[in-house]
Amino acid sequence: MKKSALLGALTFAGLVAGTASAATLDDVKARGEVNCGVSTGVNGFSAPDASGEWQGFDVAVCRAVAAAVLGDPKKVKFVTTTGQTRFTALASGEVDMLARNSTWTYSRDNDLKLDFVGVNYYDGQGFMVNKDMGISSAKELNGATVCIQTGTTTELNLADFFRVNNMSYEPVPIETNAEAQQQYLARACDVYTTDASGLAATRAAFADPENHIILPEIISKEPLGPVVRHGDNQWADIVRWTLYALVAAEEYGVTSANIEEMAKGTTNPEINRMLGTEGDLGAMMGLDAKWAMRAIQAGGNYGEIFATNIGESTPIGLARGLNALWTQGGLQYAPPFR
Amino acid sequence: MGRADAAASGGFSLGMLIYDTRYRSLTIQIVFLMLFMAAAAWLVENTIENLEALGKDFSFRFLSAPAGYDINQRLIDYNNQMSHARAMLVGLLNTLVLAAAACVTATIVGVIAGVLRLSRNWVVARLMTVYVEAFRNIPLLLWILLIFAVMTESMPPPAAFRGEAATSSMLLFDSVAITNRGVYVPEPLFDRSLGTVDLGIFLVSLDLVALIIAVVAAVAINRAILRRAEAVQNLTGIRPTTWWQSILVLGGIPVAVLVALGFHLGFPELKGLNFSGGTHLRNSLIAMWLALTIYTGAFIAENVRAGILAISRGQTEAAFSLGLRPGRTMNLVILPQALRVIIPPLISQYLNITKNTSLALAVGYMDLRSTLGGITINQTGRELEGMLLMMLVYLVLSLSISTVMNIYNARVKIKER
Repeated sequence: MKKSALLGALTFAGLVAGTASAATLDDVKARGEVNCGVSTGVNGFSAPDASGEWQGFDVAVCRAVAAAVLGDPKKVKFVTTTGQTRFTALASGEVDMLARNSTWTYSRDNDLKLDFVGVNYYDGQGFMVNKDMGISSAKELNGATVCIQTGTTTELNLADFFRVNNMSYEPVPIETNAEAQQQYLARACDVYTTDASGLAATRAAFADPENHIILPEIISKEPLGPVVRHGDNQWADIVRWTLYALVAAEEYGVTSANIEEMAKGTTNPEINRMLGTEGDLGAMMGLDAKWAMRAIQAGGNYGEIFATNIGESTPIGLARGLNALWTQGGLQYAPPFR
Repeated sequence: MGRADAAASGGFSLGMLIYDTRYRSLTIQIVFLMLFMAAAAWLVENTIENLEALGKDFSFRFLSAPAGYDINQRLIDYNNQMSHARAMLVGLLNTLVLAAAACVTATIVGVIAGVLRLSRNWVVARLMTVYVEAFRNIPLLLWILLIFAVMTESMPPPAAFRGEAATSSMLLFDSVAITNRGVYVPEPLFDRSLGTVDLGIFLVSLDLVALIIAVVAAVAINRAILRRAEAVQNLTGIRPTTWWQSILVLGGIPVAVLVALGFHLGFPELKGLNFSGGTHLRNSLIAMWLALTIYTGAFIAENVRAGILAISRGQTEAAFSLGLRPGRTMNLVILPQALRVIIPPLISQYLNITKNTSLALAVGYMDLRSTLGGITINQTGRELEGMLLMMLVYLVLSLSISTVMNIYNARVKIKER
């Protein structure tokens, strides 16, 4: 009995670690599909629409990568992961990349052997409560029951926040955003805490969003971005520069509407290099010259993706804030394409 | 004799390893063992190689690092600054409490349902059939989720108990509150508490120890009284009345200890956002406990029924002819014999309960699977170490239960004299 248990454990380990070595780009090309780890459903970031197509801000990154590498933004296989399973799924090779509002932290980058290739959304942890509780600050939450997704950084921030402020709370651990929403609406918890963007997205799906407020305190820095496995620099660069291409496109005014025009050649050499009309930047990463053009065509530039999925005209209604371009007082900044 | 002679005269050939029955079984075993070891070596090798490729080492040092997360149900002192090992211990204790409680209640439900299913009352027997068939044929996880959903969705939130226009009220003289966050019941408190003893890993309440000693002592004294009564009966044929002595001893001693300790109940009351005071039985615990009880109870009911049916009808008739009433026949004649058939499958059911507690993750009950196997693994990235450790713990747990039950089985089985 002991032996069989050990054998089982090792089989498991062997399976987990079995597929993680070869070059990801070759794997993806051979497969003809990018396996992209997404959440189990956060409106605006990654959720299937009425026809079952995945849509959202994070999904757009996957599609851009697929377009850059395979030439078709539809060639993505979306794999749903929970807060608990996401990094194992990535480490084991089940997915090629994560685009799943995951926070970039030191220990995840180093201890978990992952690489965060950039930040597509600068976020912070917030609290949402029902208006009728009459609470206006997170400092008044002493003794509250708090719904929290397990396996997240928010879980640790929450513990720190209550400890530092000398307050007690009752954590209700929850696996997915949908369960948290259900528990919160049934008032089995007073507070739901996660990234402020996630709160806004969740609230937008309520029948009565006006009855819920997001408290002003933002208790942490949550830089969210796509993640790849540590050790495959080529693949990491592809995902990183795809993201930067989207940001740079917004900065240079390249949109899905005018990209065809721009690709014929412009007076700005940076745009020309990026879109492949000048030089051959794509070859340096093992891609063709038009990779960035296809990535931008997939869903538009960073600003367009933001506006269509989570921007102020959508039900989620997030302002650009920190996520505005550096030229407009935000933090989104792409290194030069040179 | 020819072949034995050939072997004796040193005529050994390799073919004999397969064709000679004296060696064949040995050959097969050795070959199998070698294959098994080769497979094991390949798995270990593969694991080490791949861990190296990922740049990960194999170490349990993460267990001493601060856990950083909070756990809602704690049987021992814990806060988020304590180590992952401590968090694992908290989770393990939650697993044990749930498993123990579910084993006890499942046995009670199972025995009652099993006996009633054999009842001559048509309605009762059919009802029990429906219970058994419905509960053991629907996956346990669905029952857990169903009970959890009912508790969260249909019970009132604590806010409904507040103010003049409260829509909900507490039960049993304001001592029990049933909310969608769980059930709050009174907790035992002691005015003249004896304090606690630090055992290094956790604190032990001396009040509890005193109470256990009192109960054990009371039971022992009661036994002595009954033994004496039996001796008198054997000698004189008349059994002295002992019921008032038993009540005095069994009730009196524990009550006296409780009074000496200044026992009283702490009632839950609404303070701030939640109830405070009292003992909080969380929805997750209730859902797990109830679901495990009714689900496993259905299996145990079948074990019990099988055990009873295994006893020949003649035993019942013999007991009736001696003038025993049906109740006493069941308790004194049938069940003791049926236990011999019931206990071995019952061990399996207890092991099932223990392992099924790991479904707790589905409703956020913080058991071993949720602490060590969930949050700790996720925060530290030590999947392999965490899983191995968790498997080891469950293995030790199951083997211990198995051992204890086997000892009990050895005591009740037929002893040939």
